[in-house]
Amino acid sequence: MKLMKKTVLAVAMSLATVTGVQAAGVSDDVVKIGVLGDMGGVYADIAGPGSVVAVKMAVEDFGGTVLGQPIEVVSADDQNKADVGSSIARKWIDDENVDVINGAVASSVTGAVTKVMTAAEKITLIAASASHAFTTKACSPFNAHWTYDVVALANGTVKPMVASGKEKWFFITADYGFGHALEKVATGVIKDNGGTVVGGVRAPLGTTDFSSYILQAQSSGADVIALANAGADMVNSLKTAAEFGVTEMMDVAGLLVFTQNAQALDPAIAGGMKLTTGFYWDMDDQTRAWSKRYMERMDGKIPSMAHAGAYSSTMHYLNAVKAAGTDEGKAVMAKMKETPVEDFFSRNGYLRKDGRMVHDMLQVRIKTADERTSANDIFAIEKVIKGDDAFLELSKGGCEFAMAK
Amino acid sequence: MKINKFYLVLFLLALVAPTALYPVFLMKVLCFALFACAFNLLLGFVGLLSFGHAAFLGTGGYVTGAMMLHTGMGPELSILAGTVAAGLLGAVYGKLAVKREGIYFAMVTLALAQLAFFFYLQSPFTGGEDGLQGVPRGTLLGMFDLSDNMNMYYFVLAIFIFGFWLIHRTIHSPFGQILKAIRENEPRAVSLGYNVNDYKWVVFIISSALAGLAGSTKTLVFQLASLTDVHWHMSGEVVLMTLLGGMGTIFGPVVGAGVVVTIQNYLSGGELGNYIHIIMGLIFIVCVLAFRSGIVGEFQKMVKKNF
Repeated sequence: MKLMKKTVLAVAMSLATVTGVQAAGVSDDVVKIGVLGDMGGVYADIAGPGSVVAVKMAVEDFGGTVLGQPIEVVSADDQNKADVGSSIARKWIDDENVDVINGAVASSVTGAVTKVMTAAEKITLIAASASHAFTTKACSPFNAHWTYDVVALANGTVKPMVASGKEKWFFITADYGFGHALEKVATGVIKDNGGTVVGGVRAPLGTTDFSSYILQAQSSGADVIALANAGADMVNSLKTAAEFGVTEMMDVAGLLVFTQNAQALDPAIAGGMKLTTGFYWDMDDQTRAWSKRYMERMDGKIPSMAHAGAYSSTMHYLNAVKAAGTDEGKAVMAKMKETPVEDFFSRNGYLRKDGRMVHDMLQVRIKTADERTSANDIFAIEKVIKGDDAFLELSKGGCEFAMAK
Repeated sequence: MKINKFYLVLFLLALVAPTALYPVFLMKVLCFALFACAFNLLLGFVGLLSFGHAAFLGTGGYVTGAMMLHTGMGPELSILAGTVAAGLLGAVYGKLAVKREGIYFAMVTLALAQLAFFFYLQSPFTGGEDGLQGVPRGTLLGMFDLSDNMNMYYFVLAIFIFGFWLIHRTIHSPFGQILKAIRENEPRAVSLGYNVNDYKWVVFIISSALAGLAGSTKTLVFQLASLTDVHWHMSGEVVLMTLLGGMGTIFGPVVGAGVVVTIQNYLSGGELGNYIHIIMGLIFIVCVLAFRSGIVGEFQKMVKKNF
């Protein structure tokens, strides 16, 4: 009897050590980072190839190895299609031992990819997507949403404008998921602060002629036209507004403006417009030092907030792998959430329980032609918004697993 | 007898294939092969160029996805529902489209498919650009867990073989003979007393239902139904697959689907990812200019000539 007990104990102990050994360490003797993005489409300038460069920089700066194993970076083009993105993610997991995915730009792709990753218990670092769904109703213990989201944009841009007496708003919205989400969130912020929405139009993605929409906005009697669109749509609608002289009568607020978009716009049109961003390359010495290295690799193109976010999230992930002693998703995520995020990109940052990386956001103003000293001199920083004021509160998000604990 | 041996070899190959190749890739090939076979039934055997087959693929996908997500029905019933829904849509579209011929037929089907596209874009149950995400694969007959790629593969293979058999059966039946007669000379078929429009209509329904079956299966494989499936690009892609493989041959679309999916898979990860559309376009041009009867068609010609 005694002997049997001993044997059972010994077996149990040896089993425990075996499983213990398996849990620690690096799977497949390599930490593989998959960078998924739009490499040739409408979002290619904002994220895409630049994000691959940023992730590779992070890997190099980290030293190229973690826990004695090499770190590899692979990348693919998701063509902004959810089915393409999710099948690449699936293939990466099943066939190529990818441990973490960084990227996925269009919110529809990110949604599909995070579902695949969560099922495989692997982490997705979301550095470029706007939708706040990934940390609210579609949240997952394996999502880490970096850079920004629609709530932070709306809070940063809309709130101060309503407070300054611009109470009547008109929306020009991109007619798809992202635009609708941005409009909904911004409308909430306007109403909470005592403003009203006097009207809105929805323009299909890729509209080139915005004149009828702008004329509707002009005759609506609003104080502000809010552009709930992005990329080329934002640029085209703003140009049209300027051509009709609307920008002189009312304010235009771009709800999602990347540095690249602002750079592409004539300062005579865009100068003075206020917006919110998660990062600006020319903020201080730290951001300039990193951006300089990035620009050397990208033929002098300045980094967007998505690129900086891709670097920052990768670095934080690798540090967490090192601290956790394993690349197993759950353990790494626990470490990521324990450790504050403080680097050139993120100030006073921390990864919240629901996967939202809360950090200081910047309220900026697009410089006019006279203020600019170089082609890359685009924003003047007006105010730093504290992370907790910018992002949606945990309790309001409705992320079930984060609220339960 | 010779042909049976050929199929037997292929069947055995299909059984062992997932040990060597990535199962999800194989399932994608099978789904598109079924889709292309369904399309080929119309184009290759009746001479009807439908430019709106994506609508049926997508309908099957969305209906199956919605059933799996919201009703808790098993994969068998959900796939059946998707197939029936696509067949019903095909019945309506087909009734309207067969009244016209040639380019007008293609345009009517394209227009109707665009109607379907905007319906799926705007209606709330499809999730717009996001599509239906996280569709569960479920358990087959309450026994086989389909979230396992191997189980899923054999399920998809079974569905494909069923669809392929149905098409094979259709074109080798008296009904199929009449379809070919319509293709070769429609006025003569009319003069022989056949109600040509009814025949076209029935085969249109069969084709759309099978396209729906392919879409339903694809949704389960990828656990996603998205707008890509209903977009007119998809209607174009299936034309490419069929022409490349060999229009009017029973096995051509399968080869065509295999080639197209392989090229897409191979290119999407590599340096040439940005040129995917250019390369596909070039292949299409070469195919149309140099070997019009497609890979299988040319192969058959060669065999006939030399042996």
